[in-house]
Amino acid sequence: MDSMTNFMPAAPEIFLLVMTCVILITDSLLKNSSRMVTYMLVQLTLMICALITVGTHVNGVTYIFHGMFVDDLMSDVLKLLTYLAVSMMLVYSRLYLTVRGLFSGEFMALTLFATLGMMVMISANNFLTLYLGLELLSLSLYAMVALQRDSAAATEAAMKYFILGALASGLLLYGMSMLYGATGSLGLEAVSHAIQSGHANKTLVVFGLVFVVSGLAFKLGAVPFHMWVPDVYHGAPTAMTMLIGSAPKLATFAFVARILVEGLQPLVQHWSGMLVILAIGSMALGNITAIAQTNLKRMFAYSTIAHMGFLLLGFISGSIEGYGSSMFYAVVYALMSLGAFGMIMLLSRAGFEADTLDDFKGLNQRSPWLAFMMLLLMFSMAGVPPTVGFYAKFSVLNAIVQSGYVWLAVVAVLFSLIGAFYYLRIVKLMYFDAPETHTKIVFEPDTTLLISVNSLGVLLLGLLPGALMSVCAVSVRQSLLLH
Amino acid sequence: MFFELPVISVAIWLPIIFGILVLATGDDKNAPLARILAMVGAVLGFLVTIPLYTGFVRDTSDMQFVEMHAWISRFNIHYHLGVDGISVLFILLTSFFTPIVVLAGWKVIEKRVAQYMASFLIMSGIMIGVFSSLDAVLFYVFWEAMLIPMFLIIGVWGGANRVYAAVKFFLYTLLGSLLMLVALIYLYNKTGGSFEILDFHLVAIPMTAQILIFIAFFTAFAVKVPMFPVHTWLPDAHVEAPTGGSVILAAIMLKVGAYGFLRFSIPIVPDASHRLAGVMIALSLIAVVYIGLVALTQTDMKKLVAYSSISHMGFVTLGLFIFNEYGMEGALLQMISHGFVSGALFLCIGVLYDRMHSRNIADYGGVVKTMPVFAAFFMLFAMANVGLPGTSGFVGEFMVILGTVKSNFWYAFAAASTLIFGAAYTLWMYKRVIFGAVANAHVAELTDLTLREKVIFTVLAFTVLGMGLYPLPLSEILHVSVNDLLVHAARSKLP
Repeated sequence: MDSMTNFMPAAPEIFLLVMTCVILITDSLLKNSSRMVTYMLVQLTLMICALITVGTHVNGVTYIFHGMFVDDLMSDVLKLLTYLAVSMMLVYSRLYLTVRGLFSGEFMALTLFATLGMMVMISANNFLTLYLGLELLSLSLYAMVALQRDSAAATEAAMKYFILGALASGLLLYGMSMLYGATGSLGLEAVSHAIQSGHANKTLVVFGLVFVVSGLAFKLGAVPFHMWVPDVYHGAPTAMTMLIGSAPKLATFAFVARILVEGLQPLVQHWSGMLVILAIGSMALGNITAIAQTNLKRMFAYSTIAHMGFLLLGFISGSIEGYGSSMFYAVVYALMSLGAFGMIMLLSRAGFEADTLDDFKGLNQRSPWLAFMMLLLMFSMAGVPPTVGFYAKFSVLNAIVQSGYVWLAVVAVLFSLIGAFYYLRIVKLMYFDAPETHTKIVFEPDTTLLISVNSLGVLLLGLLPGALMSVCAVSVRQSLLLH
Repeated sequence: MFFELPVISVAIWLPIIFGILVLATGDDKNAPLARILAMVGAVLGFLVTIPLYTGFVRDTSDMQFVEMHAWISRFNIHYHLGVDGISVLFILLTSFFTPIVVLAGWKVIEKRVAQYMASFLIMSGIMIGVFSSLDAVLFYVFWEAMLIPMFLIIGVWGGANRVYAAVKFFLYTLLGSLLMLVALIYLYNKTGGSFEILDFHLVAIPMTAQILIFIAFFTAFAVKVPMFPVHTWLPDAHVEAPTGGSVILAAIMLKVGAYGFLRFSIPIVPDASHRLAGVMIALSLIAVVYIGLVALTQTDMKKLVAYSSISHMGFVTLGLFIFNEYGMEGALLQMISHGFVSGALFLCIGVLYDRMHSRNIADYGGVVKTMPVFAAFFMLFAMANVGLPGTSGFVGEFMVILGTVKSNFWYAFAAASTLIFGAAYTLWMYKRVIFGAVANAHVAELTDLTLREKVIFTVLAFTVLGMGLYPLPLSEILHVSVNDLLVHAARSKLP
């Protein structure tokens, strides 16, 4: 069903946009002391968005706005998870940002704009919509990184992020324009049909594909387009790092899936070859370089690079199972990343960032509970059962073995062995070393509860991963149409 | 009535639940409560495994006490448990040692008692899970989960160089496990979507793939056994682990590797196993002879017993890969016996270490003068380690040598040299520690065994002697399953 009058599938986006404007106005009328009102409004908005998303769900795939926008099961699931991730990020960062004077209306408005960008990315079905969503997300993130105006590191990070991000967007647009030139269309389905039919100029299409893949790799932070990741993760205030490292990964998954699978599936041999190089490079560089880091945020940046390499493996398999496993990986990664950055913020205080490895020394003696939660998160990132991180790796590996890439699976597990070393080092620091500081950890009820739910969720999903796995598999199968 | 209980599930989860309860007692103020709770959990954990022995049907090689529930339907993974004659003994060994380890750490462990006890209880449940899983993914989950508590046990309560040892232990074992994971996934696709280990036993696999799978399994299991080139983590881990950790490592963890060969390598890739048997036998013999010599030169008691373990496990892998009934049954008996004997020896060293805080042989001498009861127990276990007839150590070694003679005299000749080396390093250590003049004032002040220690050693002594004098109750359980395994191993699975 494609009509200009049916707005319902886009209702969550429309509602979010309206609420963002309302919140911007309301916030400008509020005193600094009553910022909590804005915060509660934002949380409420996200909750209502979730209700609308569930309420407007219809079976099957709905196209609206002349095929610019699509509403399917995958987009709804990803959107719900995005609201959840953003809302968790807000809970984690409330106190952290308050003591740093960053808990402002701009922060929350930008967060909502970024969320809107992600939602558009998730539901886009046209090169232009995809680009629109991506830019809305990126521009909001650039501004958020720069929000801490008096920090040189944050400003530098924002600058780098902006310049490199703009370059990546340029590459992506250039690629898209070539595909447009070759196929005469911007709609994913039409592009796919045009390539399939063989009327499109093959050289031009593949040339465009190279640029598109480069642009995607940039956004994912895959090697060799990863340079911005460590600097941005390190320089940005931790709350912003958490936002960059969690929900956008879900949107980026959708972005990659829409472009490569829905739009360019006929070129699967071409792009899976490119992704093999990107994936191996990311896993190698990410895991090996992470070992040398002493700053936790930098270490997680490199670990993200490695994880994105793993996520790409699912796409390389070129099968619907593979895409489902990639989606599962993205969801699991977002969950773990939220927990890990949440822990950094939980241990930070006014004027002090708990973001070096030494800050985690002897955590088991300062707080056995937090240490255990971090242990679960780290083992999950390393992919050790019975945590959910294992199943993420497992399902991706299964997909590539199924497609005959056994050697690639071996390479992947060898690099994840290297990766296990630096996650293990954190556990080692927490459990085997003596603490350097005995400053009391301040337990805020909301963040303590959330980190417990988050980490135990990692364990629980590890014991019973079936449901989430099936949700991902089914939503990908129902949504990604292989034309 | 009793048999309607899911016995294996209870055996797995009861210790784990008690472990969590023990953890919940919190910090060291509640240490007495933690100890008692841990003991109750460990003893109950042992009691619930007894029906596995009494109710075991001895004349079938089918899986018994089977439990099967859907777990991850997306990949057709089941929560599938069951035991045959091979695994049931290991489960009993595990549950038997848990109370002993708890008891051994009763007084000695003073910091973070709850975490220590909980680690062992959870560990026990997980290891029973490893031995009873019939689904490859379930097996893998238990297999890897085993690493986490052991990593903490070595790293938190170990000696001076504990961190190095813990990390080495973890990374070594993880390398093997990950390659195994790839092999398991390959097999899953080969069987057309089943992770049942018993289905893996039936699927036809071409030779090249068989060899690659064998290598993947080999890295996983050989590291755990440990076999010759990848054994170096064991002395480090042992020396740095607390007594309880050493006991669990030697008595059970090492068996997990050999169990893997039995359950995975040999029946799943029999052709590759035969093709590469020569390599396996060579590595086993190197372990037996070379590591035996290495043990001779050790100055640290724990290191000595650790090397002795590697040498004895060489016997086990030798027995497995000569592919006859004597060899395989002997290997299994050797594993069980080695569990008791090496566990007991580590406990003996623990007793000395608790009093003297030294594991150096040179710091001792004339202990018999101050600790006569201890010296007697130590003697018995040392003799069992040597393989003296009448002790459990003899039965397994004898059968393996008998089996080896059947396949090749010179293999047997090399293997039999262990009877000399083993006697040399064990008895020489015993002589230097126990006999002679009282070495120094510290030895003169030693006190003999406490009641708690006497209980532990008496139980172990009866088991070691009982197994040596009357091994039939064990071998009759093994027999049918071993024969079945040999039939499997002899059947070619080339397509």
